[in-house]
Amino acid sequence: MLDIRNLRATVAGEEILKGLNLSVKPGEVHAIMGPNGSGKSTLTNVLSGRDGYAITGGEALFEGRDLAELEPEERAHAGLFLAFQYPVEIPGVSNLEFLKASLEATRKAQGKEPWDAVTLLRHARETCKQVDLDPQFLKRGVNEGFSGGEKKRNEIMQMLLLQPKLALLDETDSGLDIDALQVVARGVNSLRSPERAIVLVTHYQRLLDYIVPDYVHVLANGRILKSGGKELALELEQRGYGWLTGEEEASA
Amino acid sequence: MSSQAELDKLIRSDYEAGFVSAIESDTLPPGLNEDVVRFISQKKGEPEWLLEWRLEAYRKWQAMRLPAWAHIKHPPLDFNEVSYYSAPKSMADGPKSLDEVDPELLRTYEKLGIPLHEQEMLAGVAVDAVFDSVSVGTTFRAKLLEAGVIFCPISEAVHEYPELVKKYLGSVVPQGDNFYAALNSAVFSDGSFVYIPKGVRCPMELSTYFRINEAKTGQFERTLIVADEGSYVSYLEGCTAPVRDENQLHAAVVELVALPGAQIKYSTVQNWYPGDAEGKGGIYNFVTKRGVCHDNAKISWTQVETGSAITWKYPSVVLRGDNAVGEFYSVALTRNKQQADTGTKMIHLGKNTRSTIISKGISAGGSSNAYRGLVRISPRAENARNFTQCDSLLLGDQCGAHTFPYIESRNPSAMVEHEATTSKVSDDQLFLCRSRGIDPEKAVSMIVNGFCKEVFKELPMEFAVEAGKLLEVSLEGAVG
Repeated sequence: MLDIRNLRATVAGEEILKGLNLSVKPGEVHAIMGPNGSGKSTLTNVLSGRDGYAITGGEALFEGRDLAELEPEERAHAGLFLAFQYPVEIPGVSNLEFLKASLEATRKAQGKEPWDAVTLLRHARETCKQVDLDPQFLKRGVNEGFSGGEKKRNEIMQMLLLQPKLALLDETDSGLDIDALQVVARGVNSLRSPERAIVLVTHYQRLLDYIVPDYVHVLANGRILKSGGKELALELEQRGYGWLTGEEEASA
Repeated sequence: MSSQAELDKLIRSDYEAGFVSAIESDTLPPGLNEDVVRFISQKKGEPEWLLEWRLEAYRKWQAMRLPAWAHIKHPPLDFNEVSYYSAPKSMADGPKSLDEVDPELLRTYEKLGIPLHEQEMLAGVAVDAVFDSVSVGTTFRAKLLEAGVIFCPISEAVHEYPELVKKYLGSVVPQGDNFYAALNSAVFSDGSFVYIPKGVRCPMELSTYFRINEAKTGQFERTLIVADEGSYVSYLEGCTAPVRDENQLHAAVVELVALPGAQIKYSTVQNWYPGDAEGKGGIYNFVTKRGVCHDNAKISWTQVETGSAITWKYPSVVLRGDNAVGEFYSVALTRNKQQADTGTKMIHLGKNTRSTIISKGISAGGSSNAYRGLVRISPRAENARNFTQCDSLLLGDQCGAHTFPYIESRNPSAMVEHEATTSKVSDDQLFLCRSRGIDPEKAVSMIVNGFCKEVFKELPMEFAVEAGKLLEVSLEGAVG
């Protein structure tokens, strides 16, 4: 589903990704871990097409299509979803309005029947409940005055409504208390299916107690240094990253 | 494509009301002197007192100088290059009803989405259509008269309701109030007159639709609305003009009188031709709008300004009576080379008077957008309250937003609050929308509409929809 081959990318002229390889098949859950500044956020930003991130080598294919040739909205239409680390506020635009615009555009591009207002509202309310958000949230401005946890749950709600093929979660666990973490994990787990794939980018093993990955990768200095099963995350929790990056002495 | 490039593309949309109608006109040659003033007055068969009133205004105007304090730039204006009167020829004998109006005129308004045939009209809205210097038709007059409501061209009101006109004309904006008001007082040609009797709630929305067609013509309309004790009226105003290379002058005066307990809601969607992308052509819009609020009365100005090369207007409320309420809600969008210097004045004279100012300025392209507001609390305005909020939204990095709030409080019991913010449609907001499948044009439109929401909710329903669409087109662009 996602094939990243020898991917190189720069931000503001500086090379951050230096030949990254990753292959994700339908039904799989991958966790990408790594120290600060290793290129984790750059990877999700490159995949979702944010301005300022330039691919300088290699390729990233989503279901065989070169992502570099798709605009961000076209990637969304193709079934790619990014849950943001820091979701921004859009004052005065209600969540419902935002969801309506998003679902209208996406369903249209995917050749699906549009939802009428009643259907949209019913789905939106049900999904709110799924992530423990009061349906009143639908009337409030997008992320306007939301707490950190509410913003993250809002991202998960959008994801559940859009039902993407591939979900990229960028440090969705950061800033969450344990209750919110469980709510988010439940939402993500409900999306797991043989047709879908999930890529979790995270600092901590904690999230992986609730969303159990099939594969864990260590990203450092713009490359995948090591890949393994879920037990790799536990090892990282105990030993840190130093033993992999060769900076053990310095960081000890 | 970078989001800046997207924005730039969005901001360059076309002006849809820019066509010229082929209508034969009686147009006065350019130039202004006492004879021109006399000609206009005579053309309208005005009584002697009004001619004297005009001449007095003209003399005051001659002694005045062009105001230079606004945050706008334009080449010097030559008031002798403007024609001060233009009327469609077919109006010379005066149509007795809408059936006699030149079909080309009716088509012009239809093209603009303003059908003047009553049966085709939106139920519940009466329209006065002003074409260049004259009113070409007013709908639903008979129905309104049943409720005692007078809604007619001011040129007719002068003949039919001389006492009312004489009593209130210039009572809110005196002839010598300012340079452009003095000019208007001397040469005003037409406009709307509204009178709502005591205790009457006007049964429908009233609206005037202004259209400038003739080249090198100034439009100087004068609107006078009197709401008698305890009455209510909602009034809408819309404006367009053809695309022309030279600048055209529009200097209107609007006077509102809200007698004790009356309420006037005045909404404007201004979409005069703004000039092209290089700043060539467009309307110079110098407008004086003011209302006087007596005891327990309320005046509410709501404006959506997307047009004109230059906008210079400050709809104001004089809160003369106790417990009077004044409101100003404004969205001003500028793009390309447009310049806007707009805001309001709230003059608190009575006790317990309250005012609210919500101003939203959106600047795109290489435009300049300034809010200028005055809140004045007089010594006897015990417990006066004002709340002001000015928000500016920038699209791109070539435009400017400025806020000039003036506060003069001479009563220690008064409370005046002012909040101001400036923000940009951020790349992050745009990216969030796009990564949810929303195309950039729709995204910008949605973000700007969200920014304007507090003002749009003050507009009557149909107008709010129209205003939203207008922003969308203006932002096509740039916003929605």
